[in-house]
Amino acid sequence: MTEPLLQLSGVHTHIGPYHILHGVDFAVPAGELTMLLGRNGAGKTTTLRTIMGLWQASSGRIVFDGRDITSASTPDIARSGIAYVPEAMGIFTDLTVRENIVLAARSGPVDKNRLDWILGLFPALKRFWNLPAGNLSGGQKQMLAIARAIAEPRRLLLIDEPTKGLAPVMVRSMIEAFKALKASGETILLVEQNFYAASALGDNVVVMDDGRIVHAGAMRELVTDKNLQQRLLGLSLDAHQ
Amino acid sequence: MSDMTADTSAATELPRAKMDWLPLLLVPALALLALPFVGSPSTWVTLTVAGLAMGMMIFLMASGLTLVFGLMDIINFGHGVFISLGAYATLLVLGPLAGWAQADSVGLNLALLLLCILCAMAVTGLVGAVFERVIVRPVYGSHLKQILVTMGGLIVTEQAIHAIWGASPIPIPLPQSLRGAFVLGDIVMERFRVVAVVIGLVVFFGMQLLLNRTRIGLLIRAGVENPEMVEALGYRIRRLFVSVFIAGSALAGLGGVMWAFYRQTLTAGMGMEVMVLVFIVIIIGGLGSVGGCFVGSILVALVANYVGFIEPKLALISNILVMALVLIWRPEGLFPVARR
Repeated sequence: MTEPLLQLSGVHTHIGPYHILHGVDFAVPAGELTMLLGRNGAGKTTTLRTIMGLWQASSGRIVFDGRDITSASTPDIARSGIAYVPEAMGIFTDLTVRENIVLAARSGPVDKNRLDWILGLFPALKRFWNLPAGNLSGGQKQMLAIARAIAEPRRLLLIDEPTKGLAPVMVRSMIEAFKALKASGETILLVEQNFYAASALGDNVVVMDDGRIVHAGAMRELVTDKNLQQRLLGLSLDAHQ
Repeated sequence: MSDMTADTSAATELPRAKMDWLPLLLVPALALLALPFVGSPSTWVTLTVAGLAMGMMIFLMASGLTLVFGLMDIINFGHGVFISLGAYATLLVLGPLAGWAQADSVGLNLALLLLCILCAMAVTGLVGAVFERVIVRPVYGSHLKQILVTMGGLIVTEQAIHAIWGASPIPIPLPQSLRGAFVLGDIVMERFRVVAVVIGLVVFFGMQLLLNRTRIGLLIRAGVENPEMVEALGYRIRRLFVSVFIAGSALAGLGGVMWAFYRQTLTAGMGMEVMVLVFIVIIIGGLGSVGGCFVGSILVALVANYVGFIEPKLALISNILVMALVLIWRPEGLFPVARR
């Protein structure tokens, strides 16, 4: 494992009276794709939102690229180089596809070569370039959400369940897009329920249950060990193929 | 590739977004529907121009509130006091430049109106900044508290107006060349109403340009829909909130100037008196929608004018009736933006 770009140490998060994260510890190595797995309600989304500062950690430490961001504001965290794609995608439906991407490029005009690369990853977006994003299908909205996250070079992408509710053909094209992103050297922390997609993409895997990390290691170890899959996820990879 | 013209080769071949024309057609449809009931075409034109002018004044007073409501989710019952304050701020200009109002010069008269507008916008913008910091900021996220404290802010500011300018109504003169009417055959159009239409259109198209052609406009539109995501993209939404609140207060001040010259009398409660109408048009238009607010304002004013002429007894309920019918047709308003 290479040097971690993001490190969570003993992170606890409360939402109102509820104690959701119970001392979460894990690292995201630079230049690799780390999968965050777990059943519904395990705390995956809360973990991403806590990293982004959308919910404040009540204790523990989050260090990104050597800087403590535990108490930083969401805009400061985003400006430090972390892009976030929420589970609900967060698309501005009243804005056009173009406007969504223009807004994501904080530092100015979107670089032409980068835009060509992004539209190469998600060619469907070209067809709807000047149309309100609300007109897009669920899969196209997910593409736009990811395209928006990479409109400018970022240090780390946090992506929450990108294949949720998508048709199999769309899931396959998302997997191809993530492979291309990974090949470009992006560091990604990806929450996923679909173990087939996760195993096809992940370098590393972190498994959560009940707000705690129950496993962290290389993805190939989990893929080859059916007993471990059964114990951690209650399913084997075969069931997802 | 420029910032706001980011394009792709494929994009040029593609269809543009479909415009929702139906709500826009309501205005001419309503005007045409009223013609046979009004009878005389010249009276109809007079009523229509008067309705458009009233609609523009309502739009000027309401446009700031719809942005504040849509973007910040703030129910500002104190908005009316910025209308009153804007109206009273004209005295700061009319006092030293009283001669300009009586001068027989269109240039001086219009310059006086412009100075009144600038002064009112500066005063209400400044008070808006203090109002947001002291009264609104502590109650973000709680509608009930917002209603209570902004009502409190309204009462305090109204009393401050009484303390500064006195409790008696103050007459203000309409600049010389804005008095009277243009007469074209049988058609009579008051000069000030025509000026109000022009100013309303300038503000509307200015706001459309700002919202659709600039990054700050994109941010406001995005923030109305999903403020959390705007923050996650790295923008400080709180600063945007403050800016929009100040701009909304300044727009209310501008509306207050036009409303003051229209009434030619100042009272501290004049802003509060139009607030029911202001809330009706932002609900009809769709929360957060400047275009919806514009169409809603014209619709409400035209209906009030036509109904007031055709069946005066129904004039009082005509606005509520328009709101009910629009909400039955489109429960989120004509052009809904904020999804709450």
